[in-house]
Amino acid sequence: MEKICSVTIDGKVIEASPGQTILEVARANGIYIPTLCHYSNTTNVGACRVCVVEVEKARSLVASCTMPISHGMVIKTDTKKVRDSQKMVVELLWASGNHDCLSCERNGECELQNLVYWLGIERPRFNIEPPNYKIENSNTMIQRDLTKCILCGRCIRACNEIQVNEILDFANRGNFAKVGPAFDNDYIDSECYFCGECVDACPVGAITFKQARFSGRPWEIKKVKTTCTYCGVGCQMDLNVHNNRIIKVTGNKDYIHPNEGSLCVKGRFGMDFINDSSRLTTPLIRKEKDGEFTEATWKEAYDFITERLTEIKKKNGPDSIAGLSSARCTNEENYLFQKFLRAAIGTNNVDHCARL
Amino acid sequence: MAGLAAAFGSGAMTNSIEEIEFTDVILATGTNTTENHPVLSSRIKRAVRQNNAKLIVIDPREIGLVKYATIWLRQKPGTDVVVLNGLMNVIIAEEIFAKEYVESRTEGFEALKKAVSSYTPEYVEKISGVPAEDLKTAARLYATANKASLLYAMGLTQHINGTDNVKSCANLAMLCGMVGIEGGGVNPLRGQNNVQGACDMGALPNVFPAYQAVANDEARAKFEKFWNVPLQGKPGKTIMEMMDSAEKGEIKAIYVMGENPMMSDPDITHVEACLRNLDLLIVQDIFMSETAAIADVVLPSACFAEKDGTFTNTDRRVQRIRKAVNAPGQAKADWEIIADLSTKMGYSMNYNSAKEIMSEINAVTPSYAGITYDRIEKEGIQWPCPNTDHPGTRFLHSGHFSRGLGLFHAVEYVPAAEQTDDEYPLILSTGRVLYHYHTGTMTRLSKGSEERCPESLVEINPFDAKNLGIEDGDTVKVTTRRGSLEAKSKITKRSDVGMIFMNFHFHEAAVNLLTNPVLDPIGKIPEYKVCAVRVEKA
Repeated sequence: MEKICSVTIDGKVIEASPGQTILEVARANGIYIPTLCHYSNTTNVGACRVCVVEVEKARSLVASCTMPISHGMVIKTDTKKVRDSQKMVVELLWASGNHDCLSCERNGECELQNLVYWLGIERPRFNIEPPNYKIENSNTMIQRDLTKCILCGRCIRACNEIQVNEILDFANRGNFAKVGPAFDNDYIDSECYFCGECVDACPVGAITFKQARFSGRPWEIKKVKTTCTYCGVGCQMDLNVHNNRIIKVTGNKDYIHPNEGSLCVKGRFGMDFINDSSRLTTPLIRKEKDGEFTEATWKEAYDFITERLTEIKKKNGPDSIAGLSSARCTNEENYLFQKFLRAAIGTNNVDHCARL
Repeated sequence: MAGLAAAFGSGAMTNSIEEIEFTDVILATGTNTTENHPVLSSRIKRAVRQNNAKLIVIDPREIGLVKYATIWLRQKPGTDVVVLNGLMNVIIAEEIFAKEYVESRTEGFEALKKAVSSYTPEYVEKISGVPAEDLKTAARLYATANKASLLYAMGLTQHINGTDNVKSCANLAMLCGMVGIEGGGVNPLRGQNNVQGACDMGALPNVFPAYQAVANDEARAKFEKFWNVPLQGKPGKTIMEMMDSAEKGEIKAIYVMGENPMMSDPDITHVEACLRNLDLLIVQDIFMSETAAIADVVLPSACFAEKDGTFTNTDRRVQRIRKAVNAPGQAKADWEIIADLSTKMGYSMNYNSAKEIMSEINAVTPSYAGITYDRIEKEGIQWPCPNTDHPGTRFLHSGHFSRGLGLFHAVEYVPAAEQTDDEYPLILSTGRVLYHYHTGTMTRLSKGSEERCPESLVEINPFDAKNLGIEDGDTVKVTTRRGSLEAKSKITKRSDVGMIFMNFHFHEAAVNLLTNPVLDPIGKIPEYKVCAVRVEKA
């Protein structure tokens, strides 16, 4: 039998397992504690102090994301002391960055913005003094504006602990601290693999998908869950659609199997082909060998094919016809394709490129 | 696939992706997984960095995984069987194999023992270049683990003896009792989104859906009844055989759906001659691919984001794809086109949705019987799933193998078909790079991929480069007995001395002009990983 601890959170007696943090127990029981630096499946660092709670007999407020529960613990999440502390932290973060929501990509899904609103902060009590960093504009995939960075370290843990690409880390200290690849390089000049995990991890507008900028607000976007079309891992992903266009691809940690929200550069940034002007849009027929293609209707194309296939089958038998199915198409399509060859044509000449 | 099926009775990945993260030892051979399956590779890297797993990498190239490896065995290309037999030689000699498991769950051990007896560490070192001591260390690491997962991919199969390579992996895993346990298994990592599904659905010349043999009277009778049409019992032709038949004029028409053999097949010149010899070439694609360009009819299809359906991933998980945007112009989903065409041809196919097709698949495919759209709305299900109450199967061969007893195969080393000589002194291996995919029709249009990897590079060891007077970035001419091309050189120790590596994504440097179309006799997979080349400054 697993040992059970009994704790009280906001007057509610809760049974939980030893080793769980206060935050985990609270969340599992529907009690809201705000967080910023906390990022699931990575180390709890207790850096931002937004998740503080009051614990009876503790000398000071404790960070609920790192504090394990103990039997008989009495915890309060919504006292004045807690709120004052959270406001202080959030106002300091606000004042130390360039948090201009008007043009920010994250407006509407920014965790800092949500916290400001939740805490009811009109203006920070401190002067707003953002650092003087240039926007990183040197690649086509990821834009970094470190003047918006709140140094929560989520991108670093996503890079090192989730993808284990080991590219990002903190550099410098205090007011000069910043995140990035070694030698303060831009991503494009580093070993970065452009998996985009850091973008999904960023709670604010510091790291964003460059090609999606200004092409749709979070509330205008429809997210369509699907399976990636590239390799055999079958990552689950959200296609972010606006005006019949896929503007970006995001991971979702709620989709557990098989990728737990992670994606790679191909799934993340390899969707430009969908909207490419070189897509085929109409059937094409080459009426004479070595002649040019002419555009055709579906009916003309079907008639052309049916006539010829029927003739070939009649003259040379069904085994003079063959089909190459596709490891790129769906199960339903592969099923129909082999059924077409076997049942409609009458041959087993069907294969696909599994071997290549 | 043929190799695994012969040993276990099923050719699919035995275990689940998530188990890789929580195993004790991972043996990765012939899989450059950080570039080909990056998200899966994160599980390997987390297993090593966070869960104390030991990683054994067997690969001629210094691939990304080597950075995370406990031990790296760098064999000469094409000597995989030597190394694998060598591992088993050590494990049997030191009596650290799973005796009880071998006795109760397998057959053919004596033949295996005899076959590997001559592959002593010293012999292995001589043939493969892997130091005898490293071989022993790796053998002990794998054999003495509580659970060990063996991963492989095309680096193992794209050889003339690819099926043997896979059988050797199966041998090794069974010898150590690693099959049928959580965190263990022999796990082929599929490189394409739905290779598993295409095989499961019977897009193969010898089997109906769920590997029911066309030559089997009972299976055929079942499908004849269900499809209401008489069916042929003679297995059909594989891709390579189709091409040869087309050249001879026996095959007159080929219908290609979503494939680009003009880029992906070995010896493109030959493929083109074969396809041009046809009376009718139908190509259904989303782009004017190299193959579509020589077709008689081209049919525009919808891409994955423009239609509903399912893909089956490498760990047998059947997952939904969903229509997110409209297809361009008149393009239609492939299933709609096939159904239209079939009906026109006089065999009626009436489906209103992909979901309706899945219902039919459920009825004729025992392993998919319980995988309905309703059940996989939130999360995919792993086959076998024999009914709608079944949760799906995380790992195969628990308790007993699909074929009953696991079968050891005595495998002997067969050298690569083409050996180096004075005229062609280096070995060429081909594969993919992180930023591109297969024949490049999709990723070449991606700004990001083109930014990160805009051209094909010939990866060559500094030693060879110096001997040939090649500087980094020089344009070099690469020649084989079949053709020649030019590309820029990249001087890197990732390539071993005596070998070069090229990818097959770029039509400007179509590496399959060079590759050797010789096939593995059973798997019919071309030997993309070894051919003899000459490199010179262009």
